[in-house]
Amino acid sequence: MQAVTKAYRPISWPMKGSGGDTGSWRAHRPLVDNKLCSKCQLCWVYCPEAVIDRQEITIDYRYCKGCGVCARECPTGAISMVKEE
Amino acid sequence: MATSIKKLPDTEQVLSGNGSCGGCPATMALRIVGKALGPNAIMLLTPSCAVASMGMTPRLGYNWPCMNICFATAGSSASGIAAALEIMKEKGRLQGELPTVFTWVGDGGTYDIGFQALSAAAERNDNFIHFCYNNEAYSNTGVQRSGATPRGSYTTTTPAGKRQPKKNMALLMLEHNIPYVATATVAYPGDLYDKVVKAKNIPGMKYIEILAPCYLGWQFDMSETVQMSRMAVRCGAWLLWEAENGKITFNNPTSLIISGKKDPDPVDEYLMKQGRFSRFLKGPDAAQRIAEIQNDINYEIVFMRERAKIAV
Ligand SMILES: Cc1ncc(C[n+]2csc(CCOP(=O)(O)OP(=O)(O)O)c2C)c(N)n1
Ligand code: SF4
Ligand code: SF4
Ligand code: SF4
Ligand SMILES: [Mg+2]
Repeated sequence: MQAVTKAYRPISWPMKGSGGDTGSWRAHRPLVDNKLCSKCQLCWVYCPEAVIDRQEITIDYRYCKGCGVCARECPTGAISMVKEE
Repeated sequence: MATSIKKLPDTEQVLSGNGSCGGCPATMALRIVGKALGPNAIMLLTPSCAVASMGMTPRLGYNWPCMNICFATAGSSASGIAAALEIMKEKGRLQGELPTVFTWVGDGGTYDIGFQALSAAAERNDNFIHFCYNNEAYSNTGVQRSGATPRGSYTTTTPAGKRQPKKNMALLMLEHNIPYVATATVAYPGDLYDKVVKAKNIPGMKYIEILAPCYLGWQFDMSETVQMSRMAVRCGAWLLWEAENGKITFNNPTSLIISGKKDPDPVDEYLMKQGRFSRFLKGPDAAQRIAEIQNDINYEIVFMRERAKIAV
């Protein structure tokens, strides 16, 4: 078979940001209060966007779409949704 | 007991910044599926939200080899890929463990347009997992009615509310005598994970259907995706079960409802939270219409309880 270089294959490659910098879609920003957080990882498991670090419970705002699922599911109320500027 | 959240693997097959809506239940479910399947898999997608969610060329939001196939062909395309892999292995062109072939298809592509090919693949017992993420409508094209849309629901093609109940697709697949069938939903990720791990290790045709409450089609606040999924299970509108070689078992909390240890929540609250039912439930005969929907739910509970008693 003839070798085809990667650049000329009419296909896509797995990469973050396939929908752009989706953080710009956000109307509200989830903020985690570390003092209230019990590190239960519920926000991590339910985040559709995979932007929550499961150990540190920090959020990648470049891609977080601001859906608010994490805040809604957090059992300790550690996440609040704050209106974006 | 389902696998606990802290024991789920780190693997992320769904990449951040993809094209799905915020709070998307399909993407949420696929993340968990990815943890169970791992990277050694081939994904086939029919036209749907899941395709729109892949994002824009040259980037791809899912970390698998993905194929976009024609709407009616999930069953036949997956059969072809599975057969090709086996032949490549036979000829020594593939070493190691064969990748898991799976389809990731909406309810439209499963209940309606893909039904024939899927039924044929099941009858042949071809080796792949068919996933139906069920958002109870054709969401990607602006929310039209499907065979999975429940009675009373507004869609653009049922403006006054659908008159017919949904069909029991998972049960139809079970009646094809395939080795594994399961239902799941996003609020119970450990349960979903376990079912996918199980399916991955069974040869032949597997069918897993995941209820995916879509805020856009169902008209609720996008932060409540998981809440809505939980409410659907607690009121019995969605039953969690699995069947290995034809033997049905129910999973928590559905098992408590089936065994009568716990009454299902009344359906009212679940319906009222969703804008898609509001037109149907307006007016003087609202109580009667709620009763109709409650009846559909009760029927399924009784039917599945009795069906589960048949084990040959
Ligand atoms: C043969 C064919 N008919 C119609 C369409 C248009 N179409 C694209 S996506 C879609 C809706 C799919 O619905 P479903 O399978 O439930 O997935 P969802 O969009 O809800 O995720 C339709 C009708 C198409 N692409 N091909
Ligand atoms: S707002 Fe949504 S996308 Fe952002 S971290 Fe929370 S769950 Fe994830
Ligand atoms: S859900 Fe709340 S308590 Fe649990 S890890 Fe996330 S922020 Fe912390
Ligand atoms: S319309 Fe619904 S299913 Fe489709 S991407 Fe948006 S939230 Fe997901
Ligand atoms: Mg659909």
